[in-house]
Amino acid sequence: MIDAWLEFCSQNAPALVIAIPLIAAFATPLFSRISEKVRNIWVVLSLLATFRVTATLLHNVLDNGQVVYTLGASVPSLTAPDGFPFRIILQADAMSAFMAIISVSMALIVCIYSFRFMGKKSGLDKYFALLLVMTAGMIGLVTTGDLFSMFVFLELLSVASAAMIAYYSKGESAEAAFKYMVVSSIGALMILFAAGMLYGQYNLLNIAGLAGVIEFTLIDKMALVLLFSAFALKCGAVPLHMWVSDAYGEAPAPVSAFLVVASQAGLYALFRISFTLFGGLPGIATMGWAMIIFGLLSMFVGVTMAIPQKDIKRLMAYHAVSQTGYMLLGVGVGLAVINDMGSLALFGKSAMEGGIFHVINHAMYKGLLFLTAGAIIYRTGTKNLNEMSGLAHTMPLTTIFFIVGALSIAGLPPFNGFASKLMIYESVFLFNPLFAVIAMVVSILTLASFVKVFHSAFMGPKVSKSAKGGEVPLSMWFVMGILAVLIIFFGIFPDVMLDNLVTPAVDALLNQAGYIGGVI
Amino acid sequence: MIDIQMIAVVVLIALGISAAVLKRNMIKVVMGIGVMGSGVNLFLVSMGYVEGGVAPIFTNTPNLTMVLATPQALTLTSIVISLAVTALMLSFSVMIYSKYGSIDTRKRRLKE
Repeated sequence: MIDAWLEFCSQNAPALVIAIPLIAAFATPLFSRISEKVRNIWVVLSLLATFRVTATLLHNVLDNGQVVYTLGASVPSLTAPDGFPFRIILQADAMSAFMAIISVSMALIVCIYSFRFMGKKSGLDKYFALLLVMTAGMIGLVTTGDLFSMFVFLELLSVASAAMIAYYSKGESAEAAFKYMVVSSIGALMILFAAGMLYGQYNLLNIAGLAGVIEFTLIDKMALVLLFSAFALKCGAVPLHMWVSDAYGEAPAPVSAFLVVASQAGLYALFRISFTLFGGLPGIATMGWAMIIFGLLSMFVGVTMAIPQKDIKRLMAYHAVSQTGYMLLGVGVGLAVINDMGSLALFGKSAMEGGIFHVINHAMYKGLLFLTAGAIIYRTGTKNLNEMSGLAHTMPLTTIFFIVGALSIAGLPPFNGFASKLMIYESVFLFNPLFAVIAMVVSILTLASFVKVFHSAFMGPKVSKSAKGGEVPLSMWFVMGILAVLIIFFGIFPDVMLDNLVTPAVDALLNQAGYIGGVI
Repeated sequence: MIDIQMIAVVVLIALGISAAVLKRNMIKVVMGIGVMGSGVNLFLVSMGYVEGGVAPIFTNTPNLTMVLATPQALTLTSIVISLAVTALMLSFSVMIYSKYGSIDTRKRRLKE
């Protein structure tokens, strides 16, 4: 019985990873009517179930290559009857499964953290429902193989995120949410417009199907630019970063930690468009340069904007922009040399590995930093760095976790930020030494900025306002502790992550023919 | 030959973007995004237009030419999504108005 059930889950994993959180989200308000405890158990159980199915999916993908699932077909593997993929196809390769597992793990951590952090605030049934909708949106965005459903999941993610950002319903958070919604709905409409342009020419919406027939006409180039800039906007790369600081800064702290992963889903879509949909075309290397320039701008502008900030979460938000730049730089170098096999093997592939490794490291340490910021806000009730002091006296665990996160984001050994940044420095140096120098300077500025935060928040005498209360409750420091242990573990043993997850993900991203062959 | 509906698409999207970027009244920004969404929807529908086609309900008209069904399904989904987005943005405007007593974007509190 249980075996048959597990077999069913394994076979329908791509559909279930989207369906479970989505159904659970709309059931959450119902369970909330019974009691708060039942609701909390329900949310955690449904996220654990999602995690289990995502792990099965990841396992299948790593063992047997990509998993293709046709929605509405009599047999899920029947992707292209008559050689034409007209149904919605979910297509999970190693890159998709890698992103999906990051999203679910962070959802679980953020959810457990939120129980005590949000406390007795009203409307928490909607909060947890929206958390689950965000999870469904992210997983859908990374597993879909269809340009239009990409738009749908992106909008699902944006609407849920905007409602979460405005949760405190103060004027500022509503402003931030409004800004986020305006920016992301214009971006999403551009994606839809680009999908229409491609549909009008090739009569296809499936990414793999389109990648097989695309010709790089003028209209395709316009569609590429629209898609590229819209997804660059979603991941918060610098000329399009203005929503990041507001949204991350005003959202509740656990939501900020989750929004980091939401931006990375946008980053995934950017990579998928560049490498799979338009990959292999002669002009795509130019987009690699665009990605590198976005990356360098994000790194430098992000960190210089972060240094003068007085609001702890706004400061961390600018650092999130800056770290996104590293991923764009690493993967952009890979894209710039994609048609040059020698350079790709020499440094392009390891630059991409560094960039993709940085994605999961960023989710861990930036998640941890936002959660420590949340712990500080939980105890002191302020986000202003000038009003906090001497927190190390009363919150020793939070202090340790903050140090771990701060040293990791600055790229110091033995933390995971060092492992991925070193790969980026080494390989980018072979591409262009100047870029590696910029990346290192940005790391030093990052360290300077976090030393400032550490000094002003944790050092110094106790002030009466921040002295009350001790350490944060167990469920909050426990999840922060998990993240801190993972950060140190992957800093000391980066090969575990690289060999098992990152290298297959990069191989999947580069294997455009395999992605197309999965469908047609 | 230039299709008349494409001119309408360009005009609608341009009007929508200019309203969203230039207007300082939040309601007008929301309207701009709505107009822009209509432009994109019109573009999608016109992609699937077949000369002399009828509505794509196969059981009713098995022998006549039909317009393509996919863009219509896409447009329907997209209209529903724009409805949700518009409602959400209007509710943010309500929250901002009740807090600050104004929906002018220049009177905002979030600054660098």
